[in-house]
Amino acid sequence: MVDNIIKLLEKYEPNKEKQPFLWTLYDGFHTFLFAPNHVTKAGVHIRDNMDLKRTMIHVVLMLQLCYLFGTYNIGHQHFLALGEYTGFLEGAHLKLMYGLWQLLPIFIVTHVVALGIEFYYASKKGHSIEEGILVSAALIPLIMPPDLPLWILAVGVAFAVIIGKEAFGGTGMNIWNVALLSRVFIFFAYPTEISGDEVWVAGLESTFAGSAVEYGWVHLTLFNGLFGWLGLAQFDPTLSVVDGFTGATPLALAFAGGWDAVTEVYTQSQMLWGAIPGSIGETSKPLILIGAIGLAALKIASWRIMLGMVLGVVFTGLLLNMWGATPFMTVPWYHHIYIGSFLFAMAFMATDPVTAASTNRGKWIYGFLIGFFGMIIRILNPAYPEGWMLAILLMNTFSPLIDHLVLRKNIQKRLASA
Amino acid sequence: MLMKQNTSKSFSIFSILMLLLFFFPSNVLAQSSSGSPDFITSMIVATVIIVFGAIVFVTDSLLQLEGKRQLEGKDIKVDASLFPKNLNGNAADLPSYIPKDRYLKLRRGFDIKLEGKPEEKIIETPHVTRYSVSPMDFHGIAPIPKVVPEEGDAVLAGDELFFDKRNPEIKFVAPVSGEYIGLERAEKRAVKEVMVLADKEIKFRELPQLDINVAERTDIVDFLKKYGGWVHLRQRPFDTIPNPEDIPRDIFISTFDTAPLAPNLNFSTQGEEAAFQAGIDMLNKLTDGTVYLGLDGRAKEVPSPVFADAKNVEKYWFKGKHPAGNVGVQIHHIKPIKKGDVVWYLHPHDVITLGRMLTERRYNTERLVALTGAEISPNFYTRIRPGANMGELLSAVEFKEENVRVVSGDVLTGKKKSNDEFLGFFEDQVTVLLEGDYYEPFGWLLPQEVRPSISPTFPGFIFPDMEYRADTNSHGERRAFVVTGQYEEVLPMDIYPQHLVKAIMTNDFERMEGLGIYEMSEEDIALCEFVCTSKMPLQQILREGLEIVNE
Repeated sequence: MVDNIIKLLEKYEPNKEKQPFLWTLYDGFHTFLFAPNHVTKAGVHIRDNMDLKRTMIHVVLMLQLCYLFGTYNIGHQHFLALGEYTGFLEGAHLKLMYGLWQLLPIFIVTHVVALGIEFYYASKKGHSIEEGILVSAALIPLIMPPDLPLWILAVGVAFAVIIGKEAFGGTGMNIWNVALLSRVFIFFAYPTEISGDEVWVAGLESTFAGSAVEYGWVHLTLFNGLFGWLGLAQFDPTLSVVDGFTGATPLALAFAGGWDAVTEVYTQSQMLWGAIPGSIGETSKPLILIGAIGLAALKIASWRIMLGMVLGVVFTGLLLNMWGATPFMTVPWYHHIYIGSFLFAMAFMATDPVTAASTNRGKWIYGFLIGFFGMIIRILNPAYPEGWMLAILLMNTFSPLIDHLVLRKNIQKRLASA
Repeated sequence: MLMKQNTSKSFSIFSILMLLLFFFPSNVLAQSSSGSPDFITSMIVATVIIVFGAIVFVTDSLLQLEGKRQLEGKDIKVDASLFPKNLNGNAADLPSYIPKDRYLKLRRGFDIKLEGKPEEKIIETPHVTRYSVSPMDFHGIAPIPKVVPEEGDAVLAGDELFFDKRNPEIKFVAPVSGEYIGLERAEKRAVKEVMVLADKEIKFRELPQLDINVAERTDIVDFLKKYGGWVHLRQRPFDTIPNPEDIPRDIFISTFDTAPLAPNLNFSTQGEEAAFQAGIDMLNKLTDGTVYLGLDGRAKEVPSPVFADAKNVEKYWFKGKHPAGNVGVQIHHIKPIKKGDVVWYLHPHDVITLGRMLTERRYNTERLVALTGAEISPNFYTRIRPGANMGELLSAVEFKEENVRVVSGDVLTGKKKSNDEFLGFFEDQVTVLLEGDYYEPFGWLLPQEVRPSISPTFPGFIFPDMEYRADTNSHGERRAFVVTGQYEEVLPMDIYPQHLVKAIMTNDFERMEGLGIYEMSEEDIALCEFVCTSKMPLQQILREGLEIVNE
């Protein structure tokens, strides 16, 4: 069976010299279907079954719960703003289809742009397709607001992959986390599309009371037709945003009025479970924790970085609590763990092995400093009440320095005893 | 080293406390919506814990400093600490034959458990007719040595076969008696094999009497160089044949092998007490320092009296997974190699060979070689000399599969051999394993069979005693470095292997030295190569680095 498929595939193998792009695609597809028949040459005769494909697919697998919840939550937030189906499970089919229709274009655009660029560079440089891009492409939709214009997304992804990754030589060589680079690009180039109170709920003209809902023909014709045929509730184009709705995230509220302002709008369990506005994948804390624990237990992500970050947040949180100069500073440190995107950044962003510190001792320092700077930026920055993106990119820049210091200690110890 | 372990232990205890601190308020969090009482409570708790932790930490550090001061200059390692290592380890369960102050437990490492362990029985194989000494088994000699006998000449076991033109006094001698039947060459005319057609009954060249008690060091050196014993010595760094001008700082011998399917040296050296002791006595004359013996502290079986009762040696006991039995790892923990240091090491079989040169007065390299691997049966030990023809050696066993690879040595460091090639000079093991030149559908996602791996994404860690039938498939393609911290997990040395390898790749000479390239050898980094997710050829890279540094 396998032999026949291989033979069939080999019949259609493009010429590597004449059609490098096609050949790269073919090679990627072939190695995806079949682990290659390479045998060990020099050195060890047996190899661990772990390879980069398997490492990367586990990160993607751990993200799936976030994808599932994020999809549903897009719909949930949309209907909360309209004052319909306010119970979490009410109108589930509408919320799911609405979220899916919002998420799929983001997902597809990200993958087409990112993989397209990777394939192009792989064929141009003559190496096989590197799997790291799949993780970046899987992460990017989860850290974007649900209403982001697709062309901006495409520009951001292209920037991150070309400048942040391929310019440095591809997977393993990049300095900054590719997913965060795409977000930071959009953040600085198109700040109104990715910050403020307006962008976290999809499908509304604005979040002011009375503004109209935006449905396309897909919702009104296709989905409504389908739901009507099934006898389910349908999308209602006459709805408008209800009084008293705010699209503000807990962080924005905390920035303005401290912890009391947050709890006026959101309950603690809401924030914990993630039924709040935010970037697509970062709201549900238990599901992120499942991913984080999974990655740490499978030794794919470093638990040292994660724990270091928690320690950094606790330390800085206590420090700022003591200071207590602004309402945001008085928010108790333990609330900082689950408001905002701290856990998502901890589990999936800071632990990228390429851009993180590479020595075990360095990982502690790196994680701690991300926690420290993230909290500083989150709380002290007057314009934007979140800090993990910038803190991680900052520490990405300095992680070689941390490693250098750790290694220098080792070197000095060795030289000192000589 | 002890210092470091304790600091990290205190640190981990401290971090667990911090974690508790993190979870503590989440219990009260549900009841109160305003944060202030929780905040004060947690602040108090945090302060108490931090103060307590600080007191413990300072006390522990002071205790360690005091212990270090009192023991300064003495060659004793005592764990002066509030959390002595022995409480955490199971030194309390140590069998009585292991002295606690000479016991080292190495936490990092990985045992690759394969099918085809040798049974502890000796089966005579049919007479092997062809033997060879391969210049390629030695590092640091010219590729084209000067061969002494003419084709067709008769040689005795111990007669000179060839010498390196740069060191003409160091002789490479015939392992068996018979007829010299010529050379085999590799690329660029490099000599690959120097072959002898063996007699049925081996005749030995009689060596002169050497009384080790009265002989000068130079006499012993000349004796070894002239009669073929010298090349059994190996030098660290670089794994080369030692320079006769050098006096080694110390000499190290590891008496157990933790490599996959490795032979049990307790079994394969049985009854060699006299020869082993004679070898040790000779080595003691060659160094001004100490002869160190690394013994098996895993407490699975009592080491044979050959090692346990050896005299004039310093014994250290090691417990741990592979590579705890590697001499390089043991040197690192007993007395690390610094820049400018030269130490020697030997395999126990080579010590016995040197000993026999004194006791039997002949060059006799006969040893028990283990025939291992799941693809042949039975697996047993056989009495043979290194350099024996592989095809003839394996004629006594039955092959279960056609498409196999024969390796002289273990699966991590051995060399692939065809039927026309020969057992390596330093080897006491042959491994036969399946060739893995097959395509596997979605092999990267769901492999069809269980395989050894350090990754918990495979269920292997649930069944630690499971034995695997491994093959030579590389299970993936080569990639750039992505995963970090993986090598450190299997290398019980205070070395950053990934950064060392990167330093070699970028030709950074100073960094190579600083990161400890002198302490590393291919066999030490082999396990890192096995686990490498990016499928890097680490042994090859390390060898290139060693050659650069050696020049």
